[in-house]
Amino acid sequence: MPDSIDIPPVVVTATVNGERVSRAVEPRMNLVDFLREELELTGSHIGCEHGVCGACTVRVDGTIVRGCLMLAVQADGAQVLTIEGLSESGEIADLQENFKTRNAAQCGFCTPGMLMTAAELLAENPGAGRTEIREHISGNFCRCTGYQAIVDAIEETGKNRGEK
Amino acid sequence: MADSPVVTVHDRPNSYIGRSVPRPNVQRLLHGRGTFTDDIKLPRMVHAAYLRSPFAHADIKSINADAAKAAPGVAGVFTGKEIAELCEPYVGVLTHLEGMRSPPQYPMAIDRARWQGEPVVAVVAETRAQAEDAVELVEVDWAELPAACDMSAALDADAPVIHEEYGNNLCWERIVDEGDVDAAFDQAAVVVEDEFTFGRHTGVTLEPRSIISSWDPSEEQLTVYMSTQGPHMLQAIFAKHFGLEEHRVRVICKDVGGAFGIKVHTYGDEIATAALTMLLKRPVKFIPDRMESFTADIHARHHTIKARMAVAGDGKILAIDFDDLTGIGPYSMYPRSSGIEINQVLNLTGGPYTIENYRARGRVVFQNKPLMCQYRAVGHPIATAMQEALVDHAAQALGMDVVEIRARNLIPDDAYPTKSVTGMLFDKLSHHAAKDKLLGMVDYAGLRADQETARESGIYRGIGFACMIEVTSPSPMFYGVGGAPISAQDGVTLRLDAKGNLIVASGVTEQGQGAEAVLSQVAATAVGVTPDKIKIITGDTEITPYGGGTWASRGTGIAGEAAAQAGHALRDQILEVAGIMLQSEPRKLDIRDNAVVDTDTGNERISLAEVGRVVYYRADTLPKDYQSELIATRHHVPKKFPFAFTNGIHCSHVEVDVDTGMVKLLNYWVVEDCGTVINPLLVEEQVRGGVIQGIGGALYEECLYSDEGQLLNGNLADYLVPMAAEMPDIEVGHVTSPNSDSELGAKGAGEGGTGGAPAAILNAVNDALLPLGARLTVNPMTPERVLRALGKTE
Ligand code: FES
Ligand code: FES
Repeated sequence: MPDSIDIPPVVVTATVNGERVSRAVEPRMNLVDFLREELELTGSHIGCEHGVCGACTVRVDGTIVRGCLMLAVQADGAQVLTIEGLSESGEIADLQENFKTRNAAQCGFCTPGMLMTAAELLAENPGAGRTEIREHISGNFCRCTGYQAIVDAIEETGKNRGEK
Repeated sequence: MADSPVVTVHDRPNSYIGRSVPRPNVQRLLHGRGTFTDDIKLPRMVHAAYLRSPFAHADIKSINADAAKAAPGVAGVFTGKEIAELCEPYVGVLTHLEGMRSPPQYPMAIDRARWQGEPVVAVVAETRAQAEDAVELVEVDWAELPAACDMSAALDADAPVIHEEYGNNLCWERIVDEGDVDAAFDQAAVVVEDEFTFGRHTGVTLEPRSIISSWDPSEEQLTVYMSTQGPHMLQAIFAKHFGLEEHRVRVICKDVGGAFGIKVHTYGDEIATAALTMLLKRPVKFIPDRMESFTADIHARHHTIKARMAVAGDGKILAIDFDDLTGIGPYSMYPRSSGIEINQVLNLTGGPYTIENYRARGRVVFQNKPLMCQYRAVGHPIATAMQEALVDHAAQALGMDVVEIRARNLIPDDAYPTKSVTGMLFDKLSHHAAKDKLLGMVDYAGLRADQETARESGIYRGIGFACMIEVTSPSPMFYGVGGAPISAQDGVTLRLDAKGNLIVASGVTEQGQGAEAVLSQVAATAVGVTPDKIKIITGDTEITPYGGGTWASRGTGIAGEAAAQAGHALRDQILEVAGIMLQSEPRKLDIRDNAVVDTDTGNERISLAEVGRVVYYRADTLPKDYQSELIATRHHVPKKFPFAFTNGIHCSHVEVDVDTGMVKLLNYWVVEDCGTVINPLLVEEQVRGGVIQGIGGALYEECLYSDEGQLLNGNLADYLVPMAAEMPDIEVGHVTSPNSDSELGAKGAGEGGTGGAPAAILNAVNDALLPLGARLTVNPMTPERVLRALGKTE
């Protein structure tokens, strides 16, 4: 019998989208399951559970991480930002608008992770060119769009931010 | 309203047809507020996990589930036999694919498992983690059997026979023989021959197949939340196999995270999940993990083909002759069958060209691997790559330019309506116009010059073309005629509410392709409202008109037309009641921008909100002998042609690193003709996404198996998919030949990209390697295979 079932729950306390939350969870629970199952923040998605697809990307203490590769207990005391919080903050309203205009989200399953990843690039280097953008999002799998529209939307957002 | 002028959607003022309107339903997806099936929680819901066969072929001697049943949180453990007691088995054959056979299939293996990944035991627990833990406690006593894994060997006399009653592993064979093929080959100036292999790959929808089943025994009502392309098809299937009336089954499909043909079949784990809620009387959720998806989702495309083409000295194609073999796993998939893929290859090969002599044999074999079935562009990538590689090969043999040989063979644009040598009826295609348009986008002479110069410095670039046809918007001749509960018609209901908004319900589903945007544009145009006044409802068998759903690029061509016709009907209803209110003849009125106006002056007479208010709240002010209606449903089914064929031409520009075998994608161009374009933005993104999916098959994706039938790369790290860094930008152009079978004139656009890309890439790679004497006839063209073709590795 796998040991983990017998291990008592551990209390995780974190600030998620600006709200302080506390839950007793199994130590083996990963961060994205914690967000989705415990906090019912279902905007972060699960595409592979082994760190390849990027659908689970969230921001922890200012840096993007794969929610399926981090345990919830590791986020104890951390600041966690999900797509829900990022949207409500208005930080990526321009990027979201460009995703919409450019049809850079089809099924939308990759989109929260893609936006999280793009937001990081735009914050660091809004002037990034197409090749850099492609490199930066190359850890986020999208089966629908073929990526070009996503690259366009990120590029356009960066340009507009640069002009401001 | 007989005397009102006939106004088609194309003549309407303020038309939204042909405009790049953003999708109305995309906002929630951009804000993380979509509702995918796994986002839903129902009261008392439990989670299923499946123990799957670790062997390709093995007898189940016994199952001991005692420890699993006692594990924390476990609500029940069920074997295939227990599930089968609730559910009628199913058979995946279509009667019009004559002679096809496949035995009854059960949701889970009963005494014998026939592929690695077949579900064997279902475990249900409070959490998914608990269910997965308990799966590990189930003990199965297996007796491994010799397996027939390799499809080419599956017909050998000494191959293990998967279904003993059949005597061998042949599922279906079809032969086509038109004209005089032997005579054509005798007359040919050149004959080219190739042996092609297309690797087995799979869909890898980012959202896995997902289902929540919920049985209410008090009302005998089964509700199924499901990520699917065909809610009504699944409703019919659940009802039939659980012995329920269809109205006792409700299928609800919320947001779908990609489908591409993966989510339009009957999967044992999904049928079993419906059985589990009946056994436990609690909602049951099942979400496979990625590793499971690799062996439990359908696979696609695996073909080996021996093909030859006879060509005259002037480049005219005289004949095609090929022999195609495909392995489909141990059963034909239900209800679409696993015969349609090869049937398409036999029907479509050579389709863009005038060819009179044609012979083909297709054989479909059983093997001990996951089931293979229809996936985006069904058969098209195979047919197109084979045909286009042979055309390039022939051009080479003749010393003719690859564009010139195509120009000499493409069906003339003024030849329509016409039919192909295999009997495919073409309404109106535009191969030459599309080719000319493409040559206006591609600097062909410049690319050839660059190719010459680059070669001098040891850089090998190639240019590959692919002409193609695509099956879209099928009539009942595709599935219905073969006995499958798959509707070729689709319906749309439009209702004006009391505030003048338009509620649109349709049987097609949204999976990101933009069906809801298209319906909204067509409905807005036909009625005369702005898109912000529209609410679209799809994905619920209880509230949408009956329809086939989303597959074979049918949403726009079929439901779009139904929306146009429903729009006309509702507009007539509105003008009739408005005419009474305004004491005006309805034919002198029109609806524009949410108001009834005078047709001549455009002056507003009454808003739709006011019409709604009077009709719903103050009907007492209308004549006593008059009853208004503000709801209309119309259906559409293609009648004139079995399929609304489209055409396209692709051009790929690549650079092959002859030291590493890596293929770099430099540029890509496509011109497609999908008839009336409702939303250019969406069509272009369908093409782009489709091309990239085709590139996956051409260069990266393959389910690699050991001789024993074990999947070797069943995870996203080892199974390569196209990622952003390696993909090219794609330029898309359009030619428009409207569909004459509908007022809207639209055809489908969802699959042409995927159908054409493997051919264009294959030809581009071979064009690059031409001076080195290397030629590839395999997909995917991995670096290792490129190096092998160059003689640089074993
Ligand atoms: S789900 Fe975390 S990377 Fe795929
Ligand atoms: S939009 Fe579907 S996976 Fe990216």
